[in-house]
This record gives sequence, structure tokens and C-alpha cells, in this order.
Amino acid sequence: MSMAEAVSTKRTFPAGGEVIRCQDVHKWYGEFHVLRNINLSVQKGERIVICGPSGSGKSTLIRCLNRLEEHQKGNIVVDGIELTGNLKNIELVRREVGMVFQHFNLFPHLTVLENCTLAPIWVRKKPKAEAEELAMKYLNRVRIAEQAHKYPGQLSGGQQQRVAIARSLCMNPKVMLFDEPTSALDPEMVKEVLDVMIGLAEDGMTMLCVTHEMGFAKSVADRVIFMDRGEIVEQNTPNEFFNSPQSDRTKLFLSQILNH
Amino acid sequence: MTENVHTGSIPDERPPSNTVGPIAWLRNNLFNSWYNALLTILIFYGLARAIPPLLDWLIFHANAIGTTPQECRANGGACWTFVSEKLRFILFGTFPYEQQWRPLVTIAIIIALVLVSCDRRFWKPWLGLAWVLGIAAVAILMWGGVFGLSYVENTLWGGLPLTLMLSVIGLSVAFPASILLALGRRSQLPAIRVVSVTYIELIRGVPLISLLFMASVMFPLFLPTGVNIDKLLRAQIAFIMFAAAYMAEAIRGGLQAIPKGQYEAADALGLNYWQAMRKIILPQALAISIPPLVNTFISFFKDTSLVIIIGLYDLLGTAKAALSDPAWRGFYREAYLFIGVIYWVFCFSMSKYSQKLERDLRRGHRR
Repeated sequence: MSMAEAVSTKRTFPAGGEVIRCQDVHKWYGEFHVLRNINLSVQKGERIVICGPSGSGKSTLIRCLNRLEEHQKGNIVVDGIELTGNLKNIELVRREVGMVFQHFNLFPHLTVLENCTLAPIWVRKKPKAEAEELAMKYLNRVRIAEQAHKYPGQLSGGQQQRVAIARSLCMNPKVMLFDEPTSALDPEMVKEVLDVMIGLAEDGMTMLCVTHEMGFAKSVADRVIFMDRGEIVEQNTPNEFFNSPQSDRTKLFLSQILNH
Repeated sequence: MTENVHTGSIPDERPPSNTVGPIAWLRNNLFNSWYNALLTILIFYGLARAIPPLLDWLIFHANAIGTTPQECRANGGACWTFVSEKLRFILFGTFPYEQQWRPLVTIAIIIALVLVSCDRRFWKPWLGLAWVLGIAAVAILMWGGVFGLSYVENTLWGGLPLTLMLSVIGLSVAFPASILLALGRRSQLPAIRVVSVTYIELIRGVPLISLLFMASVMFPLFLPTGVNIDKLLRAQIAFIMFAAAYMAEAIRGGLQAIPKGQYEAADALGLNYWQAMRKIILPQALAISIPPLVNTFISFFKDTSLVIIIGLYDLLGTAKAALSDPAWRGFYREAYLFIGVIYWVFCFSMSKYSQKLERDLRRGHRR
């Protein structure tokens, strides 16, 4: 599939139903104020790209959405559950929220297949055979099924990242979070991972992607969020965002990343 | 100069003859510099001086089994009669002579359990049951008092079964305890962390010998009169406490080597703490910890010989006791060589097995 086709399937309005809501969220690392007054509502089926200079808090923001990081003020509600110190609630949210990391974080001591079946078996309590069937379905979908019995260390970066996506999908998540999924890849492997992500977007997965791939943002995103120094500076449709940015900070950022 | 472009492929050639073969090996490994050449010559000279007399004592001038101590002393070679004469005492201690098949079966059971546990294909739940049954069988065999077996007090136990029981039971209890301690030391809950750190640092800070003394001499002082906890049990507990603290630190090293991303990936998939530990973190951390863990295993196997100071006769203790027989005084070389070989066989097997396990677990993993 090409990016052009992806554009054609793009929704013009959200499909409805709020999956994530952040209200007045703040976070500090010690004295350092990393997230300031974040207000964000994500509808079911929405594809959101979050960009911004490094250190702007974009990774921290999505890591707060499954409580890998704790926010200290405001509230975050995911899939109807508020994220607080309650461990049971956190586990419930994490079941419904998949995450793909910059460095893949596959489990090196397990095969590709075992990586994919682990959580369905232990968290969703699926029988092994069913979990394996599901895993093969998603490994097929990311076009890596033939590597199912290899260990992650035997795969290339792009292949590992596709396995990581399949591993998340095996939990049938309602939302997928991508934390710079292509930043650690060699250039020739970026496309295979982006293609998988585009496929997911076309199938209507709710996605929040922190990425520097502006081509992906232009063709796939319903909404682009620009963050700087811990705040959401601007959010708009990709068209508006790239063609008529409102704030000076956005203009500066875009001029820096688009004109090498 | 022609340019380095070939139209056809370059055929395979043999390497230059001075880089392969035995001559090259000798030159690369033994004589690659003047000081290595000197060391090689010195070492060969030393071996040439030491080995013939050693072989002479061990084999050529050795006294065949059946000679009397007097003949042995006159002849001067190794006296293997001493070992054969004292074999059962060294191996089984003061266990009633005609009942010594019982400690022999005990040794067989313990070794069989350990061997079965070494094979990863058998790492199934029934293995735990096999251990429970095995230990129960060992207890019945050693104590007796049921099934028509005569009762044998554990003060009469000694030799190899005692060494094996102290180390194998000790290590198999200490190992899970040490995992909990290592996890406790890294826990987010301050109370658990403080307890674990205090325990580990306290136990590691005292010598094993003093812990054994405390277990045998001081501990009974705190018990009400009439209550008496078995001396062997006290020694066993002291060992477990000590081994657990040491192994916990070896495992902590492994835990610290696991990248943060592994914890995050486990969390993000919705695994709870124990699932993440059991399925993701510990399998990797323990594999990393094998070398220091086996180091601890080996040193604790040998450290069981310290129980001699509180009056228990393990393998070393019975060998020493055998030497105190007036008729056989002075054959300490044979005695220590014999038990030295037994200790070495066990320790070397542990070391070899751990290397195999490391290789197996590393297969296919990320570098």
C-alpha cells in the first residue's frame, strides 16, 4: 500500500466515542516541569501524531497514558478508567493500551512466537493454542510469520519492530501508542515499519504516534499535535498544520526539520 | 601498479605454512617471546622434576591393598590399604556398620535427584514433587524407626551423606530464599527493602564460622530449658541463612543487568509484578547470574566441612577421625588425597554443568 492510498481512506471527522481524556495534566521530574497543563481528548479511531523538539515532553506524555510515568496533577482517563495509584486499574488500562518502543524491547530469551503469546496467555488467560493462532495471525499481518520460531537477536531492527507491533496487537488493544518507533532503525528499514503502521491506521486503530516522520504525519494523521517545553503549543489537521502553522514556535520547528 | 580489480573470482589458497600446524602452534603459544620461552622451559623443568616422584609414590612404589601399616611405613610409597580399610568409615562415619547400605542409598538418591534436575527437559512441576519424595526417603533411610529400619540418632551420621545433605538441602532451600531477598532489595516498598538489605548486610558481615558457633553454642542459651533444637538442624539453618545472603547478591547483580526497557515492556503488556518477574526478568537475570551463583554453590559445598568445629563429622571430619586410629596413624596424605578427589569430582561437575547451562541458555539470544 502506498501513502497516497492511505490519504484517500483518511476520515474527515472522528468516528466518535472518547477513548482518552487528559485534563490539566502536569508532571515534574524533581524540580523540572516536563508537562504543563496538558488537555487532550482522543476519539475512537483517531490517528494522532505528536511532534516537537527533543525534550519537549512528547514521549513523557504518551508514557503517562499507560502509567509508565506518573503524572502529579490533573487527571487522565483512559477507556473510562482514571489512572491513579490503583494498581488494578493500571493493569486494566495497560491491557487495552498497546505500546511500541523506540528500542523494541522484545524479550530476548523468548522466541518471536513466545513474545507474542506471553501476555495473551498470562494476562488474558487464553489457552495456549488459541494464543498461538492469534499470534500467527498478527505475525502474518506484519509479514514476519516465517520468523516465528527465531529469537529476537536473530532479526534485523525493522523485523524486531514489526514483531513488537504484532506483540502489542495480540492483546487486541483499543489504543496503540508509538514512541518514536522508527528512530532507532537503519534508514532502509523505516519504510517496512511505517507500512505496517499505515495498515493499522487504515483498519481504524486508534493511534498516538510520537514521530519525526513528517511524511507519515501528512498522509495518515487526523490531527498533528505540536509540543514544546512541556506544553501543547498547537494542534491541527496535517494540512493546516504544515501549510499554515499558527505559532512562531511551530514555524521555527517546521523550518528546522523540513529544510535540510 | 595494477588496479585491484579482478575479472574472475580468486581461487582459495592455503595459508602460509608457518601459520598452521603443530610447529606454528608451539611458536604462537609457547615460544612467542623470549620471556614466554623462558617460562615454558622453567615450567617443563619443574614438571619433569615433580611428576616422576609423584607417580612413583602414587603408583610404582605404592603398596597394594592388603599390606599391613608396618609394611607400608617401611616401603614408603602410598598406602592404599589405609583407604580401603577406612573407606566405609570415611564415607559413612559412625553409622552402624551393618546398616551402612542406608547412607549408601541416601547418596544414590541425592545424586540421582541432582542429576535429573540438571536436565532442562525435566524442569516441570513433578520435579518439585520428586524432590519432596526424595528428601522424605532420605529422612526415613537415615533416621529409620519405621518400616522395620532400626532407629539411628543423627549424632551417628557422618561422612559423604552428611556433606551432601548439608549442601544439597541447604542450597535448594537457600536458592529460592535468595531470589526473594534479591527482589526484596530492589523492591519499591521501603519496609521490604529495609528488611532485605539489613538481613543481607548483617549475614554477609559475619564469618560463616561465627554463625555456626552462634547456632551451636549461643542459640541454645536463648531457648527455654528442656527445649532442644537438633544440632544438625541448627547447622543446616545457619548454612541456609548464610548461603541465601550471598546468593541474593549474585542474583541482584543479574537483576541490575536487565535493561529498563524489559520492565517497561512487561508493564505495558499488562503483566503484574510477579508475572513480569517470573516470565521476563528472572529468567534473564538468573542466566546472567550463573557464574557467580555456581561460584557460591561450589564454595558452600566445600564450606560444609566447617561443621567439624561444632562436632559434626562430615567427609573431612570422618577422614580426620580415621587418621586418629593408632594403628593407622600418619597416612594423612592418602586420606586427604582421597577426600580431595571426592570434593574435586563434585565441584568440577558443578563447574562443567554450569558452563553447559550457560551455553544452552545463551543460544539464539541477543548479544
